[in-house]
Amino acid sequence: MSATVIAFIIVLVLALAFFAYSCYRRFGLVLKGKPDNRFNSIGKRFWNMLFYAFGQRRVVKKPFGVNHFVLFWAFMILLISNTEFLLNGLAPDTISFSLLPDGAYFTLAFIFDIMSVLALIAVILAIIRRFTFPPPYVEAKSRDAFVILGLVAGLMIAFFGMNACEIAAGADRAGVWMPVANWVASWLPSGAAGLGTAARVFWWIHAVILLAFLDYLPYSKHMHIMTSIPNCFFKSLEKVKTQPREEFKKGNTFGVGEVESFTWKGLFDSYSCTECGRCSDACPATFTGKSLQPRLVIHDIKVNLLKNADKDGHKELPLIGGEGEGSVKEEVIWECTTCGACMEVCPVFIEHVPRIVDMRRHLVETKARFPEELLLLFENMEQRSNPWGIAPAERTKWAADIDVQPFEAGKTEYLFYVGCAGALDARNRHTTLSLAKIFDKAGISWGTLGRDEMCCGDSLRRLGNEYVFDRMAQANIKMFAEKGVKKIITQCPHCFSTLKNDYRQYGAELEVVHHTELINQLIKEGRLKLKSTPPDLGKVVYHDSCYLGRYNGIYDAPRRVITSATGSAPLEMERNRDNGFCCGAGGGRMWMEEKEGSLINVARVEEALKKQPDTVCVACPYCMTMFDDGLKDKEASDKVRVLDLAEIVANALPD
Amino acid sequence: MLIVACVKQVPDTTQVKVDPETGTLIREGVPFIMNPYDTHALEESLRLKDKYGFRVAVISMGPPSAEVTLRKTLALGADEAILLSDRVFGGADTLATSMVLTGAIKKLAEKEELAIVMCGRQTIDGDTAQVGPGIATRLGCSQLTLVDRVEEVDLKSKTLKVRRKLEGRHEVVSAPLPAMIAVLREINTPRYPSVPMRLEAEDSSIILWDNKVMQMDEATIGLKGSATQVRKIFSPERAKGEILGGEIDKPEDSARLLITRMVEKDLLSL
Ligand SMILES: Cc1cc2nc3c(=O)[nH]c(=O)nc-3n(C[C@H](O)[C@H](O)[C@H](O)COP(=O)(O)OP(=O)(O)OC[C@H]3O[C@@H](n4cnc5c(N)ncnc54)[C@H](O)[C@@H]3O)c2cc1C
Ligand code: SF4
Ligand code: SF4
Repeated sequence: MSATVIAFIIVLVLALAFFAYSCYRRFGLVLKGKPDNRFNSIGKRFWNMLFYAFGQRRVVKKPFGVNHFVLFWAFMILLISNTEFLLNGLAPDTISFSLLPDGAYFTLAFIFDIMSVLALIAVILAIIRRFTFPPPYVEAKSRDAFVILGLVAGLMIAFFGMNACEIAAGADRAGVWMPVANWVASWLPSGAAGLGTAARVFWWIHAVILLAFLDYLPYSKHMHIMTSIPNCFFKSLEKVKTQPREEFKKGNTFGVGEVESFTWKGLFDSYSCTECGRCSDACPATFTGKSLQPRLVIHDIKVNLLKNADKDGHKELPLIGGEGEGSVKEEVIWECTTCGACMEVCPVFIEHVPRIVDMRRHLVETKARFPEELLLLFENMEQRSNPWGIAPAERTKWAADIDVQPFEAGKTEYLFYVGCAGALDARNRHTTLSLAKIFDKAGISWGTLGRDEMCCGDSLRRLGNEYVFDRMAQANIKMFAEKGVKKIITQCPHCFSTLKNDYRQYGAELEVVHHTELINQLIKEGRLKLKSTPPDLGKVVYHDSCYLGRYNGIYDAPRRVITSATGSAPLEMERNRDNGFCCGAGGGRMWMEEKEGSLINVARVEEALKKQPDTVCVACPYCMTMFDDGLKDKEASDKVRVLDLAEIVANALPD
Repeated sequence: MLIVACVKQVPDTTQVKVDPETGTLIREGVPFIMNPYDTHALEESLRLKDKYGFRVAVISMGPPSAEVTLRKTLALGADEAILLSDRVFGGADTLATSMVLTGAIKKLAEKEELAIVMCGRQTIDGDTAQVGPGIATRLGCSQLTLVDRVEEVDLKSKTLKVRRKLEGRHEVVSAPLPAMIAVLREINTPRYPSVPMRLEAEDSSIILWDNKVMQMDEATIGLKGSATQVRKIFSPERAKGEILGGEIDKPEDSARLLITRMVEKDLLSL
C-alpha cells in the first residue's frame, strides 16, 4: 500500500468519524421529541418522497426554483461520481470507472462533466442572485450560505482541474468525452512535465473539500441537504387541517413550553428548513410588518434545540419569551391567523401551524397567560357558547319573520348549522336569511337547532384553549348523536372545517357541506333556477376564505356559482386560490387587537381595490366583517359593497 | 391567617326573563354562573394569598348545584371550598343569609385566625349589596365597602389599608383586622384557570356543611329568620328604543345629536 493511500485512509476515517459523531449528536436530539407515527402507508410516503423531494414539485413553483432543481439533480448524480472518487482513493488499482468498458466509462465521464458544469453555473447564479435579487425574508448574504456555495464551487473547479490535467498529460482516455475538462485542458501545455503532480494536487484539493463539506453540513444552515428528502417521506399524508387532540389527565403536560415537548417530527422539521423564505413571503403577518415570520419560528425551534442540547432539566434558553435567536416571542405566537399559507408553499412540507398552536396551548392551558382581550372571549364561550356572550335565546332572532323548522331526524334531512356569526351578528344574519330562501326554493328539507345550537369551538382550538374546545366538541357531538343529525349544512367555513375535520378526531361521522358547494351542486342539478337576466352587481371580485380554500380545497364551486348568478366569471385578485391572502380573522384573530404593523384586512382590501370592483364576494362571516371594516378604513364602502355568495344567489332567484 | 371569600352562584340574569303573566322568573334552561362581582372578590383574595401567604377558604350558601361554582374557585387557586346547604337555609333574605355566612366564618375562625372576609359589592340577582355589611355587623369587624384597591396589609400591626371609590373621589382608609371588604369590579382582572388546576379541582371534594354541622338556631335562618317577604315580582315597562341619525354621515354630528338627546332626557348634564 502506497503512502498516499495510507494518508488518505487516515484523513477519510477521521472525517467520516467526525461526520458520524455530528450526526449522532444532532439526530439524537430529534429522538427526544414526543412520539408521532410517520411510518404508516410506506408506499404512499415513498411516492411523496419521489414526487416532492426528487421531483422538486414545490421547489419549481417559483421561477428561481429551476436553479435549485438543476443543482439538486447535479448533486444527486455527482453523488455517484464522488462515491467512486472516495473508493478509488482507497483502492486506486481496483476501483475506478476507468476500468469499465469504453462505452460505459465514456458515458459516465460525459454525464459527470456536464453535471459538474451545470452545478457550477447554478452556484454562480445563486451567488449572483443573493447580491442582486435576494430571496425575500432570508439573510441572503449570510456567511454560511457563501461557505456552502464556495465549497460546492471549489469542488467543481477542483474536479475540472484534476480531469483537465490528466487529459493534458494524456492520462485519461475519456478526454474528448469530457467537453468542459477537455476545453480547460486545451489551455494547458499538453504533455508538459508536472501535469501529473498538478493532477494529484487537484485530487487532494477535491478530496479535502469534499470531506470538509460533509463535516460542515450538520453544523450549517444547509443541513436540509441531508434532511429534506426524508422530511418529504415523513410529511403528513393528508393536508394539515387540524391539530391533534390532547388527553386531559392529571400529570400530563399541555401544549409545548419546552422544545422537547414537540413531536420528533416537529424537531426534524426544524432541521429540514431550507431557509428559502417562501413561508414568510406568503405570510399575512409578515407582510403587514409584524414580528411573526414563520421561517424564524422554525429556525428558533432548531436553535433552541441545539442550544439546550446538553442541559437536562434547567433550560437556559426558554423556548417561549426569551431574548434573541432560539426563543419565540409571545406576541409572535399570537400573531398567526392560522391561514396555512406558509404550509402551502413550503417545499419540504414543514408544519408551522401545529407548532404555533402547540405553543399557544402551553400559554393558555399551562400558564393561563394570553392577550387580555381573550379573557372575555374564553368566558363567553364557556358560559354562553358564543364569542360575544350574547344570550343563547337570541340565536333564533334572525328567523323572527320567517318560518323555520326545528331539526327533527326523519322529518328534516339536513341540519342547517347557522353558526354564531350567522345567528348573532347583524350583518351576517342577512346571509343566513338568504340561505334559508335558497334552501326553500331548491326544496331542501332542513331544520335548525334553534337556541340549543352551541358554538363549534373553532376559535378556541386555534387559540390553544384545547381544554374548553374539547368539552364543547364532546357536547356538540353528543347532541348531534341524540338528535340523529347526520347531514349538516354550514354557512361559516370555520364551522365547516371544524365539524368536518376536527370532530372526526372524536369519531363523529358527519356529512358536512358548506353552502358554496351545496349551491353549486343545486345549480348543476337544475334544482336551483336562476333569473335569466342576472342582477347587475358590476365587477365582482372573489376572496378565498382560508378555511374553505386552502384547508378544504374549495376553490371552483364559489367561482362557478358567481358565474352562473352574475353571468360572468369573477375577477381574480393578485393572490388567489391556494395562494390567497387571509382577511386577518382566522385563528381566533377575529377577537384580538392587531397591535403591531399595519392591518391585514386593510392590506387585503387594498389588493381587492386594485381590480376596481363594484362587489367583493366572500363566503365566510369573518371575511365579511373584515372586508366591511377594511372598506370603511379605505373610505370605499360607498363605492364597493361586500356580499356573501349566498346573498348574490338569493338576489338572482326568480320571484 | 385566613381569608374567607364569599361567593354566590347566580342565574345568568342576562338570560332570565320574567313571565309577564305569572310575574315569576323563567329560570328553565338558564345557566348558573359565579356572581361576577365575586369573581373579583376571589381574585383579590388569591392575589393577597400570593403576596402575603394567606390561606383562602371559599364559602357559598346555596343549593347542592352550587358545587359547580365552588369547584371553579378551587381551579382558580382557593385552598378550600365549603358549601353551606340545607333545606332550613332556604328562602333566606339578606338578614338570614348573612346569619348563616357569619356562622360559617366564625366556625372557620375557631381553627385559624381570621384576617379578611372578602365579598363582592353585590349580586346580579338579588342586587341588594347588603350581605357583606351584614356579615361585618354580625362579626363585629371592620367594614370596608366599595373597595377598588387593597393598598397593603400589615401583618405585624394587623391592619390594612384600602382605597374606596366614592362619587367623584377616592378615600384611602386603614382599619384593624379582621375586616370585611366588599369589592368593586374595577379592583382587578380575574385570572383564568390553568388546565392542571382544573383537573386537580375536578377530583377534589367540596366540603358540605348542613345545619347538623352548623348548629344554627332555626329561628334566625332561612325563611323563618327572614325579615322581609317578597310580595310581587314584575318587569317594569320599558319605552321602546329608537335609532338616531341614520342619515348622518359624520361621527361628530352623530355625537352631537346623541348628546343633545341625552341632555333633553336628563341623562347627562352639561
Ligand atoms: C326581599 C327579598 C326576599 C328574598 N326571598 C328569597 C327567597 O324566598 N328565596 C330565595 O332563594 N332567595 C330570596 N331572596 C334572595 C336572597 O335573599 C338574596 O339573594 C341573598 O340574601 C343574597 O342577597 P343579595 O343577592 O342581594 O346579595 P348581596 O348583598 O348583593 O351580595 C353581596 C355579597 O355577599 C356575598 N353573598 C351574598 N349571598 C351569598 C351566598 N348565598 N353565599 C355566599 N356569599 C354570598 C357575595 O360576596 C356577594 O357579592 C330574597 C331577596 C330579597 C331582597
Ligand atoms: S398560518 Fe398564516 S399567519 Fe400563521 S404563520 Fe403561516 S402564513 Fe403566517
Ligand atoms: S419553513 Fe419551509 S418555506 Fe419556510 S423557509 Fe423553511 S423551507 Fe422555506
